[in-house]
This record gives sequence, C-alpha cells and structure tokens, in this order.
Amino acid sequence: MSATSSTIVNLPDQKTATIPKKNYITAEDGLLSWLLTGDHKRIAMLYLISITFFFFIGGAFAGLIRLELLTPQADLVASDTYNKLFTMHGIIMVFLFLVPSVPATIGNFVIPIMIGAKDLAFPKVNLLSWYLYMVGGLFTLAALVLGGVDTGWTFTTPLSTHYLNTHVVTAGLGVFIIGFSSIFTGLNFIVTIHRMRAPGMTWFRMPLFVWSNYAASIMMVLGTPVLAITLVLVVLERTIHIGVFDPTLGGDPLLFQHLFWFYSHPAVYIMILPGMGVISEIISTFSRKRVFGYSAVAFSSVAIAIFGFFVWAHHMFIMGISNYSALVFSLLTMLVAVPSAIKIFNWSFTMQKGSVTFETPMIYAFGFLGLFTIGGMTGVFLGALGMDIHLTETYFIVAHFHFVMVGGMLMAFLAGVHFWWPKMTGRMYPESLSKLAAVTTFIGFNLTFLPQFILGYLGMPRRYHSYPAEFQVLNVLSTAGATVLGIGYMLPMIYLAWSLKYGAVAGNNPWQATGLEWQIQSPPLTENFIETPVIDYEAYDYEWLAHKTEQEVTTVG
Amino acid sequence: MHISPVLWQFLMKWLTNSALFPREASTIAPYADALYFFLLLITVVGLALVGTLVFGFALRYRKDRNPVATQVEGSTLLEATWTIIPLALFLIVFVWGALLYFRIYNPPPNAMNIYVVGKQWMWKAEHPGGQHEINALHVPTGQPIQLTMISQDVFHSFSIPDFRVKREVIPGRYSTVWFEATTPGTYHIFCTQYCGTNHSAMIGEVTVLTPEDYKKWTEGSTSGMSLAQNGERLFASMGCNACHSGNAAARGPNLAGVYGSKLRLANGSEVLVNEAYLRDAILNPSQHVTAGYAPIMPTYQGQISEEGLIDLVEYLKSLKTNYRVQQTLTTSESNNQAAPATPEVVKP
Amino acid sequence: MDNAIAVAPDTHAEDHHHAALPQLRHHFETEEQQREAGTFGMWLFLLTEIMFFGGMFFAYLLYRNWYYDAFVVASNQLSIPLGGTNTAVLITSGFFMALGVWAAEVRKKGLLVLFLVLTIAFGAVFLGIKYVEYHEKWEKHHVPGASYDIKEFVNPHAYGLNEKPLPPDMAQKTQIFFSLYFAMTGMHALHMIIGIGLLFWLLARAQRGDFSSGYVAPIENFGLYWHFVDIVWLFLFPLLYLINRHPV
Repeated sequence: MSATSSTIVNLPDQKTATIPKKNYITAEDGLLSWLLTGDHKRIAMLYLISITFFFFIGGAFAGLIRLELLTPQADLVASDTYNKLFTMHGIIMVFLFLVPSVPATIGNFVIPIMIGAKDLAFPKVNLLSWYLYMVGGLFTLAALVLGGVDTGWTFTTPLSTHYLNTHVVTAGLGVFIIGFSSIFTGLNFIVTIHRMRAPGMTWFRMPLFVWSNYAASIMMVLGTPVLAITLVLVVLERTIHIGVFDPTLGGDPLLFQHLFWFYSHPAVYIMILPGMGVISEIISTFSRKRVFGYSAVAFSSVAIAIFGFFVWAHHMFIMGISNYSALVFSLLTMLVAVPSAIKIFNWSFTMQKGSVTFETPMIYAFGFLGLFTIGGMTGVFLGALGMDIHLTETYFIVAHFHFVMVGGMLMAFLAGVHFWWPKMTGRMYPESLSKLAAVTTFIGFNLTFLPQFILGYLGMPRRYHSYPAEFQVLNVLSTAGATVLGIGYMLPMIYLAWSLKYGAVAGNNPWQATGLEWQIQSPPLTENFIETPVIDYEAYDYEWLAHKTEQEVTTVG
Repeated sequence: MHISPVLWQFLMKWLTNSALFPREASTIAPYADALYFFLLLITVVGLALVGTLVFGFALRYRKDRNPVATQVEGSTLLEATWTIIPLALFLIVFVWGALLYFRIYNPPPNAMNIYVVGKQWMWKAEHPGGQHEINALHVPTGQPIQLTMISQDVFHSFSIPDFRVKREVIPGRYSTVWFEATTPGTYHIFCTQYCGTNHSAMIGEVTVLTPEDYKKWTEGSTSGMSLAQNGERLFASMGCNACHSGNAAARGPNLAGVYGSKLRLANGSEVLVNEAYLRDAILNPSQHVTAGYAPIMPTYQGQISEEGLIDLVEYLKSLKTNYRVQQTLTTSESNNQAAPATPEVVKP
Repeated sequence: MDNAIAVAPDTHAEDHHHAALPQLRHHFETEEQQREAGTFGMWLFLLTEIMFFGGMFFAYLLYRNWYYDAFVVASNQLSIPLGGTNTAVLITSGFFMALGVWAAEVRKKGLLVLFLVLTIAFGAVFLGIKYVEYHEKWEKHHVPGASYDIKEFVNPHAYGLNEKPLPPDMAQKTQIFFSLYFAMTGMHALHMIIGIGLLFWLLARAQRGDFSSGYVAPIENFGLYWHFVDIVWLFLFPLLYLINRHPV
C-alpha cells in the first residue's frame, strides 16, 4: 500500500482485472474494418501509427543533419543531399507530424468523449482526413524516393520556382493535400464542439483541452486554405510559368512571403495550442485541483487564435517591409506573447494548495513548462525589431522554434500519449521506465538546443552544410545531445508497444481524473457511452468525482 | 584521472579556439548587445520565477504533505498581475527593439555607399572608385558605410554577425544596410537566407582597415575606371544621351542633378530620386514618366546586368552638368549616324 | 449522471438505438441535430473556400494597384458578351438549384430530378462558354507562359484594337493580369467541375428516391456550395471583365 500512497495510479486488482470483452478494438475484426471505419477512436489509432512512422523518418533526417554538423567541413554528405535532408526534415515534421499530432490522434480520440458525444459530427469526413493525410504523406515520400526536394520547408520563391530542378511539384502537391486533411479535421472539431455536446455540457463546463483544440481548429480552417492557394500558385509558376511571384515578369516574391506566412505563422499556434490543452488536463489531474483561472486559460487560447492571424510579417522584418508595418507587427507579436505567459502562470498556480503527484505525464508536463517558457521568451527576442535583425536566419531561431515545437509541442504530445494511453489501450506502461524516458528527453533536449542559442548569437546561419571551425565545440555538444534525445524518443516506442500485450490492466480511471472519458470503460465502446450522459458538474470537479466514487462503492458493496 | 597530454593539448586548443560570444566590431554592436542582455535578464528572471513556482508548489503541496487539495477558482488580482507585468515588460522590449531597428536601418547622411550584388553563390562588392571584390569587402574604420544591395537571382541575405547587421538581398529591388566598423580585423560575411545548393559556401570576409591602410588599399586595387566612368561609357553606348542630352528640346528629361531631387511624375505623384528610383526608371520607364514628357522610353529590362545598372546609377548620381553628355553626343553623331535604335545587350 | 455510462454490460449495447429514420446516423441524437451539424459544417467549409479564393483576390488587388494601365487594357480584351452570357447562365443554374432544393423539400421526386438535370445542363453550358473564351485567349497568345505575346498591347491599332498603346515594360505586365485571370477563373471552373460531378451523384440518389421522404440535407448543403460558386463568379465577373471598362 505504501507504494500506491504516493501515487494516484489506481489500478484494479491485477488478479481479477480484465480488459472489457466488448470495446472499440474488438468490435470488428480484420484490416478492412480498420481501413473503412468511421469510429473516431479507430481513426485516432490509425493517425497515431502513421504519424509515429513519419516522426521517425523525420527524426532520422534530424539525426543525419546533426551527424553532418559534427565537423565544420562538409564531409558526411554532399551539399545537395544535406539541403534535401533539412528540407525533408522540415516538411515531414511540420506538416506530417506537428500539425496533426495532438489534434488528429489524441483530439480525435478524446474530444467526442469529453463532450459526451458518440462520435465526431462527420465520421466519413474524419476518415477522409486520414486518407488525405496518407496520400499527402505518400506524395512526400514519393518526392523523397524520386530524389528529394531541396527548397527548405518554406518553398521560398523564386528559388523554388525557377532555380531548382528537384521534385518541388510533388512535395508541394503533397503539402497541399495534407492541408486539406488538416482543414477537414478542424472543420469536424468545430462542428462537433458546437453541435454535439451532451445535455448539460455548456461551453464553460468543457475541459480546457476542448477549448484549445477549438481555437486551433479555427486557425486550421481559416489559415490552411491560404497555404493551399499559395502552393497552387507556386506549382503553376513552376510548371506553366505564370508570373505572380516572378520579379522578372513584374511579380513580387514578397507577396509569396506574405501569403506563406499568413498560414505558417498561425500554423505555429495550430501546433502548440492543442499541446497547451494537454498540459491543462494533466496539471489539473495530478494536482487534484481545478485549473487556476479556468476562463482566463480558455479565453487566452481564443486570444492566441485571433492575434495569431495578425503577426505573420514578423518573419519578414529584414526583408524590407515598411517601417510602419514592422512597428505594427512587432507590437502585435508582443501582445500575442501575453496569453502564453498567462497560461504558464495559471498552470503553476494550479498546483498551489493542490495534492501533487509525479506520474509520467506530469514529469513531461514539468518539462513542457520549463522548455516552453524558454521557447516563449526567446520568441520575444525575435519579436523585438532591432534584435531580430541579428538573430533571424541564424541558429538562434532554429533553437527558438525547436524549443517551442519540440520542447513544447512534442513534450505535450508525449505527455498526452502517456496520459491517455490507458484509456486508448486499456493497459499501463512500466512507470519507472517511462519516467526515465521523460527525464532523458528533457536532458537530451536541453543539451541539443541550448548550445544553438549561443551559436545563433555568434551568427551561425541556419541551413549551413559547413561552418567556420570556431563553432565546432558547440555543435559537438548539440550533436551529443541529439543522441541522448534520440534514445529518449526510442524508449516510449518500445515500452508502449510492449505494454499493448504485457502491460497491467489499467481500469476505467487509473489517474482518478474527472473528464468524461475517464468515466467510461477502457478501452471504450464503439459508441463511447451506453446512454447519453447528462452533465451536471463543472470541469475538473474532484469533489464530484470523490462523491461519485463513494456512491459506487456503497452501491456495489 | 589521467588524460594523455596529447589529448589534453588537443582539448585545450579546441576550447580556446572556440567562440562563445561574437566580437563587437561596429558602433551598433554595443547597442544590440545591451538589448540582448536585457532580454537575457528577463528570460533568466522569468525562468527562475516559473521554476520556483513550479517546484515550490510541487514540493510544498506534494501528496505526502498535502493529501487533500483545496479547490480555488482563481484570482482576478493575481491574473491581472501576470497579465500586466509581462505586458509592460514586452512593451519596453518593443520600444527598445524599434529604436534599435531604426538605428540599424536608417543610415547617417554622410555614409559612403558600396554596392553589393548577390548571386548564386557569391557576393560581389563594387566600390564607387571602381574596386571590385568577390566574397570580400574592405572598409575603413570610423566611416559609416552604406551597402546598397541587390540579388541577381534568388533571395539572399547579407549578414555580418560581428557588426550585428543583416539584411535580405532581394531580386529586383535595392535594399540597404549600414554600419560603422570600429576595430580593424577580419570578420565573417554569411549568406543567411537559404539560396540553393552551395548556400553554405556563400561566405566571405570583411576586412576592416584603418583609414590610412584603407587609402592604400583603394589605390592599390583600383581597376582604373570608377563606377561612374563605366556608367558614363554605358550611357553613351546604350544611346541614353540621344534623349537625355539636357537640351531644351530633348525628348527625355535632363538628368543632371536629378539625384536627390523631388521629381513630379506624369501621374501627378511626387517622388524622391534615389538609387532605387533610378534603377526602376531604367527598367520600368513607363511607371516613372517625368511630368511634361511622353512615355516613349523603351524598357531596358533584361538588357543590362545588375552591375551595369549600378554603373549607370552611380553615373547619374555623379552627373552635375550636361557638358560632357553633349560633348559625347556631338562626337558620336559626327562619327556615325545616331545612337542604335535598339540597344544591344551589354555585359560589362 | 449515473453509473450506467461507466461500464458496458457485455450483452446489449446495441439495444439502445433510438427508433429513428434510416438516414439518421447512429451518432446523432436527433435528426435536427444531424441537419444542423451538416449545414454548419457546410458553412465552415465555404469559409475556408473564401480564404482560398481570398489569397488570389489579394494578389489581384496588389497588382491592379501596381500595374493599373496593363490591367485596364488586358481587362478590355475579355469578352463582355461571353462573360455576361456566362453570368446569366450561372445565375440560371443557381436558380434551378434553388428550385431543386424546394422540390426536395416538398418531396417531388420528378421535379427534383428535372431541376438537377437543368442545373447540370446550365453548369455545363457555362463551362462550354468558358472553354470558348480560353480557346480564344490561346489563339491570341494571351495565355501566360512561353508563347505569351505582348504585340497587341504595344501596338493595338495595328491589330484593330481601340486602345491606348502601352509601353513595352507596362505591356509585359498584362501577363500578370492574365495569370491571375486564368488562376482565378480556372479555380472557379475547377469548383464547377467538382460540383457537376457531385450533381451527377445527387441525381443518381434522387432517381433512387433517397430524397423523397423529407431527408433533404445533402441537396440543401450542395445547394449552399453551388450558390457559393455562383457568388465567387459574381465577384470575378466585375473585377476581371467590367471594372476597367471604359469608352476609349
């Protein structure tokens, strides 16, 4: 009993514990039943498998990049190959991993359950999203197999349209198609959250994870089409030489920059907002306490979604935009930083007067808080106009967005996977091993990316295949860190797969969390609920949960 | 613990040769670094604060010590605090950053102009005196230098980290940056915008010289023709002087002294004539028709290289009187007929 | 909320189906909810479409400001009779679509089929006329790319055009206009083609009688899409054909 007193993992008696015979996994058999499913949970699992696949491809490229940068000379691969490596790393990680990671896997799985619905509003559209994702992914892989693409993930014109003879069109079409996958996911979420909430599930009773995915969905729906049309124009310019972005024909390459960043800056929030939602759930659950300032956190998500659309030109401060627009965009960038700061403090104060335990998801969440704080603050460096001149296009910016995307988003994703894994599979993973993985990831991450801030201030440009010798020490540190980081990512892969068969049976609510998803069996039924739930309590109401548990004990006993 | 002496020496050499902080070699660098340290300070303080809160609360309220949580809804006062304080800090950073931005991008009036052409994958610098350099730039200390830059192909970006300056080099339009070097020495030039296969080879060196050494260098490496002289030759060979002769009856406007003046255009707008205007007017004349003149000038798009355009711009900047224009015109008219009707491609 | 949602008794999860119409999907509580969700989803989709076309409208505004003269002359090359006819054809098609929705709502299968056929027919006429216009542009070398020719704009009188001659540098910029013209009308036409494809599918279902019993959501939602495509054209037509029209 002493082992469990310091933890809230509440596993059923392992001698008698069983996985319910009837659940969404056993509901139907055969590959086709998965490939033609309309069940949001099964689609979430399809996504989880496919994004893991792409994550490791993208990760392998990152490993090769770091290996090449071990020495100042260009010795491991040729310049062309190196350029293809970072391009494919960027395209795969941004479009095939980060954007769909939390929404399409965890969001897909838990959002309908959290609001008391049987499924997303459009199950077929949901499946279509996954197929679009796969087709887009195949296009990207095709571009890779045919010889790669070396535009950088930003597809900058006129380089991408006139000066490269790699597979830009294939990769561009891939991203275009994945974009529609993202649009349909966002659309599905918005409709579901608006129209499918169970009786009593008011907007302000929704878990914050739903709020943050809602905000991200708005950005997906409004931002992604602009990227789509931009890529169409790039492809047209490359194939039939229309001149919309071509300076020799009178077009403006800066217009491309505006259109591209109009999507790609909000895309950063598309990636991070769902991650913030995960953190809200986890910190609340393991502090046994309602999130501090629920409405402030909810509204800050929406504020980020709105402000996020009006800061795109901060990617262009050194490109000669007018002084006035530079001022406006810098100011708005400062404003968009505030909601993130609010969230950080709200999460910290959630623990105040709580009853804190340190399960694996919580360890990841601590990692998120630290790394995201650094990532966010270094964003302020870059938002400050004069500072941006020196820092942009260097390793400083590389470190900054890796802190936000990998340190923030990926930590949140792993936190979420560990948090909802018992719900998804009905089984627990080995706790000490998973804590080790979380700590390894944290250490490896810092070792990889902290030196890059110093490199950036020294002026080492990003996307450099070779570099001056005096930058070597820091690059060696960074590569060493990447090795540790790689191990940190391999571990969950292994023990999570192991747990599918050998993990302890998790029971309905191992964390004693309050979300609706924890009140049903694990793994859930295909229709989630036996009858439509009626909600008469607030989100994160641990007293309600205690009361309910007590009742169960008395009625059963 | 035994480390072999060879290994030890290797390690020491490696560490001493490695860099941790860039040199401050321009007048701007201390200003940039000041903001950097301020930002570092608030980051460290912010991080320490978050760390203290997170670990403080996590340890103080861990389950062993606090088995039952007390539910708290929130606190408007606290939330207002952590909205307003970060906001105030960010606004300070915004103002500071904006001031620095204008300092870096607004050149002083006495700046000496050097042209830079970026192309895959090299930097070409052209000094007004006619010195050409590739992947190198010689500048004196104590003299503000303005770089007027353009790309011949894709986006590049001209960066000198030790000066804390950087600017995108864009095809089809001039961009500028300025600096004043303080310490003689050599410093890296990087292209920081990904520009294709040999992006990482598009590097060079700025050599900062004392004014005396710089004088020696300019004298030693001149090609004998200044940019303006090249431009004058081009001006005549392209037949520009046929219309822009400065005569009262000429078909084109008088160009002597036009640089730096305010010009009224045929569409009613008023523009300041600078380098970018001159370049645009040669390539897209119909959008830059001076009031009172017919839009008859042909375009020279695709017929003059960026270097040629720089020569012409530099020539027009130096043009104070039309005396020599008319001289050349008379000579060329007496030699053969008129200037060629269709200008040929000129590659200087 | 009671315990019943927590654990499934292994036997009869399936018994809880509501007695409902066959078109009610299992995950909706009521038909009204399903209908509202569908309509709401469609409106959201149209919002993304607005953003999609918005990128091109933005480019159009920018370049029209920069290269006004080129846009005037190039715009005058478009045929108002053809464009005007097309506008009328498209509005007619939209009108029949609206009638189709009405026919579905009053459960008149025959009328619905008729109106869908008419919608398709007018849509096809639109595409046919668009083809004629594109073909003419091709013959005149007004399609951007290698074969693009500016001679008519530099020397309009020699080609019987009643236009102000453009200097060559400005004449070059007409290519930008035509790039945008083809991109915008091409994307619009692509939406028409997809729409007609969907119409055939709806037609087949209408024939089968799927919409004869009061279940009209697909028809209604497609109607929204079709009207949206019309509305995009109602912006394209004035911006591309009419805005610079002037007696020379």
